[in-house]
Amino acid sequence: MITVQISVFLENKSGRLAEVTRTLAAAGVNIRALSLAETIDYGVLRLIVDRPTEAKQALTTVGFTVSETEVIAVEMPDRPGGLAEVVDMLTKRGLNIEYLYAFVGQRGENAVVIIRIDTVAEAIAALQTGGAHVLSAAELSRI
Amino acid sequence: MEVGALRALQSDRLREAVRRAYDRVPYYRAKLDAAGVGPGDIRGMSDIERLPFTTKDDLRETYPFGLFAVPMEEVVRIHASSGTTGKSTVVGYTRNDIATWSEVMARTLAAGGTHRGDIVQNSYGYGLFTGGLGAHYGAELIGASVIPTSGGQTQRQVQIVQDFGVTVLCCTPSYALVIAEAGKEMGVDWAAAPLRVGFFGAEPWSQTMRQEIEAALRIDALDIYGLSEVTGPGVAFECLQKAGLHVNEDHFYPEVIDPATGKQVKPGERGELVFTALTKEALPLLRYRTRDLTRLIEETCPCGRSLRRMERVTGRSDDMLIIRGVNVFPSQIEEVLMGIEGTTPNYLLVVDRKPRQMDELEVQVEVSAERFSDEIAKLAAIADRIRAGIENALGLHVSVRLVEPKTIERSMGKAKRVVDRRDLGK
Repeated sequence: MITVQISVFLENKSGRLAEVTRTLAAAGVNIRALSLAETIDYGVLRLIVDRPTEAKQALTTVGFTVSETEVIAVEMPDRPGGLAEVVDMLTKRGLNIEYLYAFVGQRGENAVVIIRIDTVAEAIAALQTGGAHVLSAAELSRI
Repeated sequence: MEVGALRALQSDRLREAVRRAYDRVPYYRAKLDAAGVGPGDIRGMSDIERLPFTTKDDLRETYPFGLFAVPMEEVVRIHASSGTTGKSTVVGYTRNDIATWSEVMARTLAAGGTHRGDIVQNSYGYGLFTGGLGAHYGAELIGASVIPTSGGQTQRQVQIVQDFGVTVLCCTPSYALVIAEAGKEMGVDWAAAPLRVGFFGAEPWSQTMRQEIEAALRIDALDIYGLSEVTGPGVAFECLQKAGLHVNEDHFYPEVIDPATGKQVKPGERGELVFTALTKEALPLLRYRTRDLTRLIEETCPCGRSLRRMERVTGRSDDMLIIRGVNVFPSQIEEVLMGIEGTTPNYLLVVDRKPRQMDELEVQVEVSAERFSDEIAKLAAIADRIRAGIENALGLHVSVRLVEPKTIERSMGKAKRVVDRRDLGK
């Protein structure tokens, strides 16, 4: 039920993001979702990919600072209020979300939200109790 | 003073200085004994090369008072350089030392025309740093009216220059430009202001910068030189010829050596500046290696002073940086990083001087996989911790930038640690 996110440290200089995507393409890694957090000097690129181990290996080889982070991928109805329901399940239990980002799958009926939270096991339990569908790695790669 | 008489005076004073150091400072006695030279061997200036050098390490080893030649009852002032504990250099002064220092600083200010009736704004920092009090005492000795503004609060500084009719300004050259710019923004017409001359030092600067300051403030901008180990500001000064700095060599005897061999260079050749304090009581200093690179000008100055001149300092024989008057060694930064991270990450110091701004030190630190977090807040916290640690150790505000690994240039297997973008050569 735990999804592995690849996080990459990027200096704010031109061409770095292109370098990441080129490297992943060459390694045959498919990007499922991404989010970029930025400051004045640098950014952190967060990626959900089909093959995280290969992705990390490829990026590390060309000199990027990469870490693996455990996140949760949750399916939610793609309609107004969908995200609110999911977030409520966590906040009601006093669980604090570090950040999240969402994407819509190919079928377009349901959206997927990626949640980064310190207490992963508790969060998964809370979501499942609330009736949300937490995606496994296999399910995620089929979307 | 006529040159022959000056050399005779220096020889007399050198003999006394060596005798004093040998008799009163066990550390010096051991050092001289080890070098096989005693006070009896030093008959005059031609024997000075027989004396061993004193370095910053000697001051560190004897921290804090191990080189003092007088009991604390006779020490009336103590200053210290910035630095982490045990690394700062501590200097002491007797009442006579303060009188000498005031005298050489008065000469410095008088060489630019400062006189009784002048209003001197002293924006050098007051405190452990010797700049503030050094300039203050010199100006008072002349009988000028001193305003001890110290650094900072630029708008207020401009207000005082304008309202008090300040005629003489003392500060770092980069701060002079900050004041000039702030004044312009506040609507000050510098051409109409009574400000006449400025004494700028405590950091390296260039001829280009002199022209910039002179054009902006409509004054004569003079270079002054000093270091706390030798006394503080007032070791050497420019006269209005602006053609090199006269060394107050009746008190501080200059030599220029080849930093590699330690031998004196031929007259007029470039090398490392070395000073012997001829008259200091509290802290004798024999052949102190400043690490500053320059040359001595033997020709007489058109102004008529017989004191020899040194060229503006343009470099260092070590890796020390001077930023806003604070001495910074890369090793100090390394120590802070080590303390925070447990290991020394790869880092680079970038010194920059943007137009009309103070010098900036940016510390670039490589983000390794262990230190990296996917959360921005955690990365920002690392940068904050490093910044606070450095500011605490050096007393200098720095900016910290996290960079990708291997972006810091490495040459010959040894990382290049410093990039100085200040244009100091001209």
